[in-house]
Amino acid sequence: MLESLLALDGLVLLRDSVEWEGRSLLKALVKKSALLVYHDLFRDPLNWSKPGKAHPGGPLEALRDLDKRTGSGPATIALDSLSWLLLHLPCPTLCQTLHALSRQDSCPGDSPPGEQVRVLGLLHEELHGPGPLGALSSLAQTEVTLSGTMGQASAHILYRRPRQRPIHQTQWFSILPDFSLELQAEPPLESRPRSDPHTPSVDPTTHLTFNLHLSKKEREVKDSLTLPFQFSSEKQQALLRPGLGQATSHIFYEPDAYDDLDQEDPDDDLDV
Amino acid sequence: MALLTLPVTTSTSKGKLTLLCDAKTDGSFLVHHFLSFYLKANCKVCFVALVQSFSHYNIVGQKLGVSLTAARERGQLVVVEGLKSAVDVFFRPREEPHPLQFLREASAGDLQPLYAFVRDALEPVDGAEAAWRCPVLLVDDLSVLLSLGAGPVAVLDFVHYCRATVCREWKGNIVALVHDSGDAEDEESDVLLNGLSHQSHLILRAEGLATGFCKDVHGQLRILWRRPLQPTAHRDRSLTYQYKIQDKSVSFFAKGMSPAVL
Repeated sequence: MLESLLALDGLVLLRDSVEWEGRSLLKALVKKSALLVYHDLFRDPLNWSKPGKAHPGGPLEALRDLDKRTGSGPATIALDSLSWLLLHLPCPTLCQTLHALSRQDSCPGDSPPGEQVRVLGLLHEELHGPGPLGALSSLAQTEVTLSGTMGQASAHILYRRPRQRPIHQTQWFSILPDFSLELQAEPPLESRPRSDPHTPSVDPTTHLTFNLHLSKKEREVKDSLTLPFQFSSEKQQALLRPGLGQATSHIFYEPDAYDDLDQEDPDDDLDV
Repeated sequence: MALLTLPVTTSTSKGKLTLLCDAKTDGSFLVHHFLSFYLKANCKVCFVALVQSFSHYNIVGQKLGVSLTAARERGQLVVVEGLKSAVDVFFRPREEPHPLQFLREASAGDLQPLYAFVRDALEPVDGAEAAWRCPVLLVDDLSVLLSLGAGPVAVLDFVHYCRATVCREWKGNIVALVHDSGDAEDEESDVLLNGLSHQSHLILRAEGLATGFCKDVHGQLRILWRRPLQPTAHRDRSLTYQYKIQDKSVSFFAKGMSPAVL
């Protein structure tokens, strides 16, 4: 379920698009988490202002510093956005930092189980090629892809667990103005809005100057008519039954007085 | 003009980035509209004009009822004239900062000098003189920066910094035009357009008609609100109008309802 994303550890990718933005969902998930520490890298991420109030090493160092914090219990790190980091940092560097953050390969004695870290990263799909997207996707334990129809947003969730089959789930939801998450049922499968029930359907044959209707008798005659080239069983029988009732045609000829019917020369043009 | 009735231009929308985008048509009429709109609304405007000369914008502005020359003289309007100052940058000493300094760099640099110019132009002056309402940055257009050699990430960073300062700190607005080349090969233009779309609150997209040029319908305008994922009817997220550009205004109508075809 969408709400249980915060219970999972590892990297959770929130993939959004221009049409279905994911920042509100990220904020809603952040709101649910227990403790919030806000690192403001929006104001001056590249150290353009003098004197630089920003983190001297930039966002990468700020991320790495988060990795070094010790023993403060389970934590959620929300990154808005991973796309910004991908555009400014080489993909391998970012992947290594994320991997270290989400403690993939922690040795048994390294970190006690209570110190699981989950990283929520917002990623704008259209900005990156298939290579970086695939790399981040393979790092992530959970991927949430945002889409929707007819004004209703949906999240397609893909859970990957080690040694288990991946689980797919689709959840329809909306974010209320106070950034709380409201789950919703799937909207009905209507692809276009219903037509207005108040407009009566109009019969187009009512106001014509000619008659398009058939009376009952006319309809009966029409229905009983066999079409000339339709091969019905009656026709088949008639063809198969030779001759009975079917007269061959005869020619009846009465010769005139002037006719000289000479069977050997009927046209009278032989010069014999 | 019908656009004035849409929520995009109400005074309650502050701190917003409005993205103007055109595809297979010329969307500069939207730039002229917003320029005259904000000047009439008594806002302080910084106009990064890279495509046309100042006199061109002035002539069109006069048709829409504002005088850019007068606005500049009374300090309401600050203009970066790209066509003029692009040449200046090569004749000035290197030490003098110039908004288009990146043109001098051999490799693609960042647009920090341009941001610094915008920041200095729009910085609210402390003291009694609050003559102007919210600051506004208007850029025509961002795709030209790509053509001039700036990388898409540099342009996105420039817009990011402007947003942090103009929108968030000073509660002003930004309006920027970008072109959608429609060319699948042009990756830089795609990255710029998508990156800007993700940063925007409102996207106005002017498109040519799919069937080609028409005398009575010059194109269609799609309006996309990037609102949070609240339950809303489909029609609240995006609207489409068709338009015809006239001498002093633009008329909008619903699709298929142009007076010429009714």
